[in-house]
Amino acid sequence: MTNDGSAEVLLSTRGLGKTYGTGEGLVRAVDDVDLEVVRGEVVAIMGPSGCGKSTLLHLLGGLDRPDAGELWLGGRRIDQLTERGLAQLRRDDVGFVFQAFHLMDELTAEENVELPALLAGMSPRAARRRARQLLDQVGLADRSDHLPSALSGGQRQRVAIARALANGPQLVLADEPTGNLDSAATLEVLRLLEGLHDAGLTLVVVTHDDRIAATADRMISMRDGAFVDEVRLVGGTKGTLAGLAGLGA
Amino acid sequence: MQQEVVLAMLAKEPSSGSRLRARLNDALGPLGEAMNDGQIYVNLARLERAGLIVRQGTGAATAVGGAAVGGGAVGGAATGSAGRKVYELTATGQERVAEWLAEVSWPKPDLAEFHLKLVAASQAGLADPIGIVDAQRRELLRRLRDVERAAMAEPPGSPAGLLLEGIALRLQADLRWLEACERTWTDGRNR
Repeated sequence: MTNDGSAEVLLSTRGLGKTYGTGEGLVRAVDDVDLEVVRGEVVAIMGPSGCGKSTLLHLLGGLDRPDAGELWLGGRRIDQLTERGLAQLRRDDVGFVFQAFHLMDELTAEENVELPALLAGMSPRAARRRARQLLDQVGLADRSDHLPSALSGGQRQRVAIARALANGPQLVLADEPTGNLDSAATLEVLRLLEGLHDAGLTLVVVTHDDRIAATADRMISMRDGAFVDEVRLVGGTKGTLAGLAGLGA
Repeated sequence: MQQEVVLAMLAKEPSSGSRLRARLNDALGPLGEAMNDGQIYVNLARLERAGLIVRQGTGAATAVGGAAVGGGAVGGAATGSAGRKVYELTATGQERVAEWLAEVSWPKPDLAEFHLKLVAASQAGLADPIGIVDAQRRELLRRLRDVERAAMAEPPGSPAGLLLEGIALRLQADLRWLEACERTWTDGRNR
């Protein structure tokens, strides 16, 4: 997807900033960040540990407040919302996916997925129906009554992704979603995200994982709180692929 | 492709070139498309001349007799009914397969060239090593994108998926090294 002016900007920031500490110890965790994400776009933000990418993600999702700049989601300015407004935003408009899954260990996959809908006031029956539909979408319909401990890492993250979608968010934010996964499980998650991308999901993901970055529409590099590089990746040909495997002429 | 690959694929059962082609396609998935039939037939012709395989129905002695070097005839032999001729391993061929399976050769990554490119560019002041690293990273990410897209399209457990995983892991290793390059050259610039 390219932002040629016709695409609708879902998320935007202007001069977004967040500092920690004071005086000599002042850290500009997020420093004057301008970002525009159009609806349906998958953006990967990469950078070394401590570059501010997780802080940025927290700002974008209303988990933390910026101390400079503006933040807009779906045409609404959200950086000045009250605590209550932010809580509502996190519940209804934004889905979160974390590296460590953050599932409730004592709840089944289905109960984990229906929880956000129940908290949003959906009827138990509707929440259950929604959870089943989402678990089906992430390919885990047959695991709905399993506890997280009975699931593989890749399956747990898929449950967490289903949960992030429970309230039909406008935006999903993911923090190192494959950070705890092996190579095969990473592919499971990539495949799922790709399917959701095709279905129109807007996703901002911060990651160290080049495989996620490589499959995003756009990759942004972050250093010391600021964006330093941005690239749209366009794929090559099958011929190149075979060459990479040592085949071909 | 190494001729030993074709030879070893024949170890399962006597096969025609087209049958081998189909089995290679199964193992390679989308990467098999880049392989042309000619490569298989050229390899079969070479293996036959080297006495490692024989056409079924002909004696091994005939095959050994044909082992003389004569590249000119290969093109002709590789066309026509080549796809239907059924080949099998000779005893020598069996031995060669066993040797090949035991070999521990491995493709060598050529990292020294890139490393020296950065050193030369920096020392001559011709280009910014960081810029070179960035451009290289983009190229590797593009390749990784191709590989991941192909991997996502493979059903779980497919042999081609495993090959694609290997390519992806190597590209990730290269990308990690580029990160180290960037760190080191950035530090150098700041000193």
